[in-house]
Amino acid sequence: MADSPIVIREQQYHQIKAVLAKLRLDSSARVAFLVDKDGQQIAVHGEVGNLDTTSLASLAAGNVAATGGMAQLIGEKEFPTLSHEGERESIHICVIGRLLLVVVFDERSSLGLVKLRVKQVTQELARIFDDVLRETNRRDGVDSLFAEITDEDIDSLFK
Amino acid sequence: MTFINYASREINCKIVYYGPGLCGKTTNLQYIFDSTAPASKGKLISLATETDRTLFFDFMPLELGTVRGFKTRFHLYTVPGQVFYDASRKLILKGVDGVVFVADSQEERMDANIESLYNLEENLKSQGYDLMSIPYVLQLNKRDLPNVIPIEDLTSELQKKGEPVLEAIAATGVGVFDTLKAVAKLVLTELRRS
Repeated sequence: MADSPIVIREQQYHQIKAVLAKLRLDSSARVAFLVDKDGQQIAVHGEVGNLDTTSLASLAAGNVAATGGMAQLIGEKEFPTLSHEGERESIHICVIGRLLLVVVFDERSSLGLVKLRVKQVTQELARIFDDVLRETNRRDGVDSLFAEITDEDIDSLFK
Repeated sequence: MTFINYASREINCKIVYYGPGLCGKTTNLQYIFDSTAPASKGKLISLATETDRTLFFDFMPLELGTVRGFKTRFHLYTVPGQVFYDASRKLILKGVDGVVFVADSQEERMDANIESLYNLEENLKSQGYDLMSIPYVLQLNKRDLPNVIPIEDLTSELQKKGEPVLEAIAATGVGVFDTLKAVAKLVLTELRRS
């Protein structure tokens, strides 16, 4: 069957956002966001503007999955970080367990600074996400709100 | 894997369109993209070869509406159908909540359908899923072509567990939204059950 859902509560969401905000400030990055390895965006902070963060999340996950596949082919478990440097904008991705921390930065910052600051927040993000998983399991996945979804609720989406 | 965010009041689910090469997976997504209001969709991302064959995946996020105050967003993916892209297909199945198998109804593609369906079962297994318990629908595509196998024969050959079977002509949109609706309904019903 499919995996159990992951449920993020408001408090944890705001904790994650606060870490992303600090990371963004300390690294002078444009945007910092947290993505699940399956490509679901969890939280984002920064100068999002017209940036399509949903697509970026999906492609970042695809990128990590593809390079992870390559890593295994050469006998590595995974490549824990990926960096792509462009003429003006660059991306740094760090794997934290089942999460991806994605930082988009430009000439106001540097890869070295971003890597350093990312390293400093990985433990905190991992700890918050452990809490998310613990609470999700404790509440047995989805609480009664979803148990009360009726066939009519579902049908109404398609009218 | 379904992601529920109480802060932004969103439910995010992942649906994967699977099937043999040239069966119409990308065409399904393209039709959904073309027929959906801009406010309900994101970009359609296609990682394709120069000859428009899917290289890694196609992706589009689609917002369907609100259930109990939560926005329901479906992330639609296709896999590359060609046999030698198997490693990519496995990766795309990670975290899947529902699968659409797009079968090519043409007689000469029957073996390819069977091979791809077997490949789906194996790849789901390798990711820890079981086709028999995951939300799943079967779409019989290209019903407008002259050399198609009768519905009954295709169904008896390809249906695995009494899943919904939908006829489609993805190029003109016939059956495309019915298929999406069927799989989305199964995913939400599964969410309720869990």
